[in-house]
Order: sequence, then C-alpha cells, then structure tokens
Amino acid sequence: MIAIVDYGVGNLFSLVSSLKSIGADAVVTGKEQDLKNADKIILPGVGAFGDAIQKLKNTGLDKVIIDEVKGGKALMGICLGMQLLFDKSYEYGEHEGLGLIKGEIRFIGDDVKNLKIPHMGWNSLKFTQPKSPVFKYLNDGDFVYFVHSYYGANCDESVIATTNYGADLTAAVAKNNIYGCQFHPEKSGEVGLNILRAFCEL
Amino acid sequence: MITKRIIPCLDVRNGKVVKGKNFEGIVEISSPIDFARHYSQSGADELVFYDITASYENRGIFTDILKEVASTIFIPLTVGGGINTLDDFDRVLKCGADKVSVNSGAIKNPDLIYEAAKRYGDQCVVISADVKRVDGVFRVFSKGGRENTGMEAVSWIKRCVDNGAGEVVLNSIDTDGVKNGFDLEMLSKVCDAVNVPVIASGGAGKMEDFVTLFKTLPKVDAGLAASIFHYNEVEISDLKNLLKQNFIPVRI
Repeated sequence: MIAIVDYGVGNLFSLVSSLKSIGADAVVTGKEQDLKNADKIILPGVGAFGDAIQKLKNTGLDKVIIDEVKGGKALMGICLGMQLLFDKSYEYGEHEGLGLIKGEIRFIGDDVKNLKIPHMGWNSLKFTQPKSPVFKYLNDGDFVYFVHSYYGANCDESVIATTNYGADLTAAVAKNNIYGCQFHPEKSGEVGLNILRAFCEL
Repeated sequence: MITKRIIPCLDVRNGKVVKGKNFEGIVEISSPIDFARHYSQSGADELVFYDITASYENRGIFTDILKEVASTIFIPLTVGGGINTLDDFDRVLKCGADKVSVNSGAIKNPDLIYEAAKRYGDQCVVISADVKRVDGVFRVFSKGGRENTGMEAVSWIKRCVDNGAGEVVLNSIDTDGVKNGFDLEMLSKVCDAVNVPVIASGGAGKMEDFVTLFKTLPKVDAGLAASIFHYNEVEISDLKNLLKQNFIPVRI
C-alpha cells in the first residue's frame, strides 16, 4: 500500500487517479499509523514552502516521515513535496526543510535571467547519473510537465536528472531510498505514469 | 528546452462537445472523453474544457465529465466557463482541473483573480480575454464576445497579470472563425506587456498558421484551437511533426 501524505496542501485528485490507473493500492492519509503500515510514501504539495512545512510540522507527520525513511521505506516527493525534502528554502524568507536531501531551494529568477517565471510546460529530462531505478522505463530526453518558480540548488550529489531552462535546473533527485521529482509525474502522460509505476515496483 | 504547447479546446454543453461559436446552430458532436483520449494519444500538450452549459443546475453534468476525463487522461487540464467565484474555482479544482480560466467573472469582479491567486497560486489562474479592434483600439469584450466593455485590452490583461494571473489566453474576435491565421499584431502587443505564458487563440485554419505563429512571435508559448482538431482537418501528430521540421521545439 502506498500512503499519499495528506497535510492540507494541494489537490490530490490527479495523483490518486494516476496511481489507480496503474493498479497501485494508494490511500490519502494524515494518520501516523497509515504511514507506518505503508510500503511506500508519497509526499505531494503545491503552494508556498513556508506554509507547507509549517502544516506538515503541525501534524507531526514530519517526524514520522523521517523515521520511516531512515528505517528504509521508499519515499517520493513531488513538486513542492520534493522541495520539502531539502535542508532549506529561500521562498519568501528562509525556512528549514526536512533535511533528507542536502541542498537548498532558490528562486529560478535569481539564477536565470530573461525567462518567464514560473517555468511552466513540457520540458525534457537529461539523466545525470546511471539510470535511476525510478527511470527504468524512461529514455534520456523524455518530456515531463513542470510548473515551478523555485528549484533545488547546491544538491549536485543527489541530482539524477536535469532540465534546461536557461540553465540546467534540478528535475529529479535521489538518495538511497529517497526520491524527488520537481515535475508532476501525474500530469506527464505515459512517461509520468511509468515513473510512478517504477516507484511502485521498487 | 521548453516546448511550444498545442492545446485543443473543447466546448462542452450538457455533457457533449459542441461546435458553434455564437450559440446558434450548435451541434453536439461527441463525448468529451473520446475526444480527450484521442487528443492525448495524438500528442496534445494540454486540454481546455469550456463549460457552456446554460443553466446552473446542469453544472453537475460538466463536473462529472471533468472528473471522468481527469481520471483517465494524465496531462494538464484547464477549465473555463461560468467561473465567477472562489467556490467555482473550488468546484472544478476538486474534480481534477489544474488551471482555471476566468473571463467575464474577472470583468464583473476584478478582485477574483487576486483572491484566487492568493488561495491557489498564480500558476492556477488563467486570464482569458476576448479582444476586438474598435476604431483602431483593442477592446475587451465580455459575455462570449457579445458586449464591448470599453476597456483597453493590453492594460486590462497587464492588470490581471499584476493581480496574480499566471497565464494569458488571448482570443482575437477579429480572427476567430476566419481560419486565416492567428492575430499576430494583437499577440505581439500582449507578449510585450506581460512576462507570463501567452496562449494564442482564434484564427488557426491550417498547420502552417502555427508555424507562422511560433516563427514570428517566439514569445508565444502555445497555440489553441478547436474546430480544426474536432473535424480532423489537422491531426495534432502531423502538426507537431511539421513544427519540428521547422525547428520549433515540440514534445513528440
């Protein structure tokens, strides 16, 4: 069973539907016991970092997620959910993240000039490491759907794919049993479903 | 490299895709699910669903359709039509919409965009503007293009973006239905005024119109059309191949 963490942030309709469509047994939950019982955890999220990390901490689920991951459970963060895995973010101030991935979240516009922000639309993936298990059904250059104004920086050792938008931006990260996608696999057609499928098969 | 998006637009009334711009001679063609599936498989980058259901009571049919589409097709979905309040945003987002497009609702209540962007994020709010030349000035029209609001279009769109709209759909009434190409002059003015994605709408009659659009105006992010896709005059896969041959980045 896959637990999709519900901490009051974002719209989970598409994520739940996409997991159902590949035959995964997924439950949306804010209960500690469900996260402990689950085989895998997905941390979704849209919106602002500060608000989201505060909500996650208020539920106490931040500690549960960290404990489960340290116990070896596979975790995937999606979009803001990926950013929350990092040490800290500079979105409207400075906020501490879960500290599971070394690095920080920065505004794209601080590092890339003369481009529209948010980075919104379909962009291609460039693998930066031998193919990650979550990419086992993908090819280098496959397109996925992005919507974001901030990105993961100073996280070179964890980056498994980049995408080019004025510069090579972090598209996906991995460290042991922890995975993160800046893009939305649940909105990236067959390619996205194949990432979720591979994650479910870990 | 980020790709140019090709977006089919589906007008939905009473659960069916329809064609007929001025609410006259509307023909209900087919199931939105079938259309959505076909478009997704042939390479559409996003789908726009426009609810033209006349009565409030029948809104439920539209959201049921939306739910069904969002459960089977996993590409971005934008919903418009009858969006006047934050409750309307809530209603369609819960059914699987990713972005919500406002038109007359923002004209009636200019705070709507600000409030919606604050609650759901800029990326979620699309300003859709129907624009027509009147005595040489671009004017915003409301009520499906029937009523001149008297507002100058470029400044109106800029104000909406300043208030939090994360994307602009510019529909030129002057070129809509003419099938002789997009309104490059109007699009150029809007692209120069805002720094969010701009989607061109109105005027596509053949594949080459999209090539001209993206070649002439590299700042335009996407091209939207309805009838040429509905009646199979243009297959999206053929269109994308042609764009690629012309060195325009597309997702294939």
